[in-house]
Amino acid sequence: MRKVLAYLVILVLLASALPAMAQDMTELRIRWYNDGNEGEVLRDLLDRFEADNPDISVEIDTVPYSAILENLPLDLAAGEGPDMARVTDLGGLAQYYLDMTPYLSDPAYWEDNFGPFLNWKRLGDDDSSIPGFMTQLTITGPFINRTLFEQAGIDVPSDMSDSVTWEEWAAASIAVAETLEIPYPMAMDRSGHRFAGPAISMGAQYFDDMGHPTVMDEGFRNMAELFVNWHLDGTMHPEMWPLSEGYAGANEEFANAELVFYMSGSWQVGQFSEQIGDAFDWQTVPNPCGPGGCTGMPGGAALVGIGATEHPEEVTRVMEYLASQEVLGEFAARTLFIPAHAGLSASGVDFDTDLQLAKDSLGVFVGQVGTLEQTAFDLQAYAYNRNVFNATRDRLTQAMVGELTLDEAIERIQDDVDTALAEVSG
Amino acid sequence: MLGLFDPVARSFLLLLVTAVDRVLTPIQRRVGIDRMGYIFVLPNLLIFGIFVLFPMLLNFYYAMTGGTKLFPADRPFVGLGNFENLFDCEDFLSPNSCQEDLFWRGIFNTIQYVILQVSGIVLFSLATALVLNRRIVARGFFRSVFFYPVLLSPVVVALIWKWVLQHEGVLNAIVEIFGGESRRWLLDTNWAMFWVVFVSVWALMGFYTLILLAGLQSIPPELYEASSIDGANTWQDFRFVTLPLLMPTMFVVLVLSLIRAVQMFDHIFVLTGGGPGTRTQLMVQYIYTTGFSNQIQLFGLSAAASMVLGISLLILTLLQLRVGNQSSLA
Repeated sequence: MRKVLAYLVILVLLASALPAMAQDMTELRIRWYNDGNEGEVLRDLLDRFEADNPDISVEIDTVPYSAILENLPLDLAAGEGPDMARVTDLGGLAQYYLDMTPYLSDPAYWEDNFGPFLNWKRLGDDDSSIPGFMTQLTITGPFINRTLFEQAGIDVPSDMSDSVTWEEWAAASIAVAETLEIPYPMAMDRSGHRFAGPAISMGAQYFDDMGHPTVMDEGFRNMAELFVNWHLDGTMHPEMWPLSEGYAGANEEFANAELVFYMSGSWQVGQFSEQIGDAFDWQTVPNPCGPGGCTGMPGGAALVGIGATEHPEEVTRVMEYLASQEVLGEFAARTLFIPAHAGLSASGVDFDTDLQLAKDSLGVFVGQVGTLEQTAFDLQAYAYNRNVFNATRDRLTQAMVGELTLDEAIERIQDDVDTALAEVSG
Repeated sequence: MLGLFDPVARSFLLLLVTAVDRVLTPIQRRVGIDRMGYIFVLPNLLIFGIFVLFPMLLNFYYAMTGGTKLFPADRPFVGLGNFENLFDCEDFLSPNSCQEDLFWRGIFNTIQYVILQVSGIVLFSLATALVLNRRIVARGFFRSVFFYPVLLSPVVVALIWKWVLQHEGVLNAIVEIFGGESRRWLLDTNWAMFWVVFVSVWALMGFYTLILLAGLQSIPPELYEASSIDGANTWQDFRFVTLPLLMPTMFVVLVLSLIRAVQMFDHIFVLTGGGPGTRTQLMVQYIYTTGFSNQIQLFGLSAAASMVLGISLLILTLLQLRVGNQSSLA
C-alpha cells in the first residue's frame, strides 16, 4: 500500500511539473515546401538540434509551393504566420523579415559566407540586415535525355560546340523526337523566371536606364517570338503553358522519357536522381547561347526569420545552427542542392550520391555560375521580379493561343508591370 | 427513451423554461411585447452581421481604396477609381480594347458559360428526373448513380475528367478504337468551353435532379387520372399537367443553378486552369488572380470586380424572381 502511495505521489509531482516544463519550452514553427527530400533532411537535423537544446522545439509545417507564393504573403501582411519560412520571393517579402543581427553571436560569419546573397533579401536602402540564409542556390538550365540522342543516332550539339544556340538545340531535339516518335521535343517550366535566362541570352535588357523594368526591346521580342512559334509548331510541349494556371513543370514527361530537352533548373537533380536514377542517361547541358550571352537565371530558396515572431532569440539560435558550415554542408550533400555559402563553395561539397549522372549534372550547374550575365543577377535581386515574371508567363500564353498578337502581348506585359508598380508606389 | 411525462425530463424542461423566463421576462418588460420579435432574431442577426454583412461592407470599402497594403486603415481612398479602371474600354465588345482586358474576357466567358451550363443543368436534370420518376427496373440504383457525382469533391471530379480528356486519355483511346483521330480536347479553344460545361453539368445535375424528382412526386396522381379520362396523350400530360405544376420547382432549380454557375471556380481551375490562354477563365478566377496570386496583390481592383459580380448576380436573381412571379400570376 505504501509503495502504491509513493508511486501516486511521484505521479502527482510529475503531473504538476509538466505544465511548468511546457511553459519553459519554446515552440517554433517553420513553413516549408519540398522539391525533393529536403524536408526529411531538415527534420533529421532539427531532431539533433532539439536534443542539444531541450528548451526549443521546432515544428515543420509542410505546405504546397503555391501556398508559399500565395498564402504566406497574406498571413505575413496580417501580422500572423510562422516564426521562420522557406521562401523564394526573396525581395518581395523582405518587409516582413526578422533582422537577426542583434541576436547573432557572430554576424561577420553571415556577411562573409552569405554576403552576395543577403542583398536579395533586403529592401530599398537596407544594406546591413541579416534575415536568413539561402537553403540552396539554383541555376536554371536545360536537361537532355542523352539516351534518346544515342538511340536516334543524332549528335548532342553541346558535344561539338561550346556555344550552341537555342535554334540548334530545337533542330536537334525535333530530329530526335521525329526519329523515335517521342511526343515532346522540348519543354520549359511554365515560369517567367525560366524564360528570363533565354531572353537575356537573346539580348533582353529587362531594365531601362532609370532602372525601371522593361520588356520593350528587340532581345526580349526575339526570344518571345521563337518561344511562341515553338508552341504553335509543336516543338515545345503544347499543353504545359497554354493549359495551366501558375507554375507547371514537365518532370513527369522527362522522367518517362517522353521529352528530349527540358529547360528547368538545378533543383531537379535530387528528384531526377530518385525518379530516374540510371534508367537512362540524363544530363545537364550548358545554357544555350544568343547575341546576349549563354545565361540562365540564378535563384534559390532562403530560410528566413519572420519579424512578427515572439521568439527572435530562439529563432536566431535555430538559424545559427542550420546555417553553420557543418550543418549546411550536410544539408547540401544529402539534398543535392548547390550551397550558397562561400566556405562550402571553397571547400566543395561531397554530394551524398553514388549516381555519377547526378554528380555530373551538379558539376555542370556549378560551372554555369560563371557564365551568368549581370542582368540575370540584377533581375534576381529586383524585389518585384515576380511581377515581371508572372506577366510574361500569362501574356505569352495568350499569344500562344491567339488571344493576342505577339506585339500586343509584349505591350500588355509592360502595362501589367507598370500598373502594379504604380499601385506599390501609390 | 425519455418520454414527456418522465419525471426527469419534466424537471429538466421546467428548469429550462424557468431559466429562459428569468432572462426574457425583464427584457420583455423593458422593450415591450411588440419588440420581442427583434430579441428572438437577434442572435441570428448577429451571426449574419459578423460573417456576411461586415465582410460585404469591408469589401465595399476595399473597392474604394488603392495601394497594396492589407489593412484598411493603411490603404489610400481612391473613390470610384477601381471601377473606372474596370470599365475603361474603347469598345466593350472587344476585350483587347479595355484596360482590364482579362476582366472583360472573364465577363464574356462567364456569360457564355452560364447560358450553356444552366440550360444544360435544367434540361438534363428534368429529363433524368422524368425518367427516374417512372417505374423502371433498378430505379433506386439509378437514383443513387445520378446523385453520386454530387458527393465527390470538385477537385476529384476535375482530376478524373482531366485524366479522361488528356491526349493519352480514355476518350482518345475510345475515339481511336472507332477509327477516329485523337485530339487535344482541352487545348482546342472551341472544345475547351464545351468540356468545362459538360463536366460541371455531369457533376452537379444529380442535386437538381433530386429537387425536380421531389417536385414531380408532389403532383397529385388524380390529375393524371383526370387527364387520361379526357384522352390526353403522354406529351399532353407533360405539357398541361407536369410542366405547369413543376414550374415553381424548376424556378428554384433555375435560380440555384444560375447562382452556382456565376460563382463557378473549382472545377474549371483544376480542369483547365482557365485556359487555353484565358478561354475558360471566368470572373471569379479573375478576382482570385488579381487579389491573391500575383506578387503585387491588387485587393482594391479585385474587390471592385467582386462587387460588379455580386451586383450582376443580384440583378439577374431579381429579374428571375420578377419573371417567376409574373408567370405564376398568369
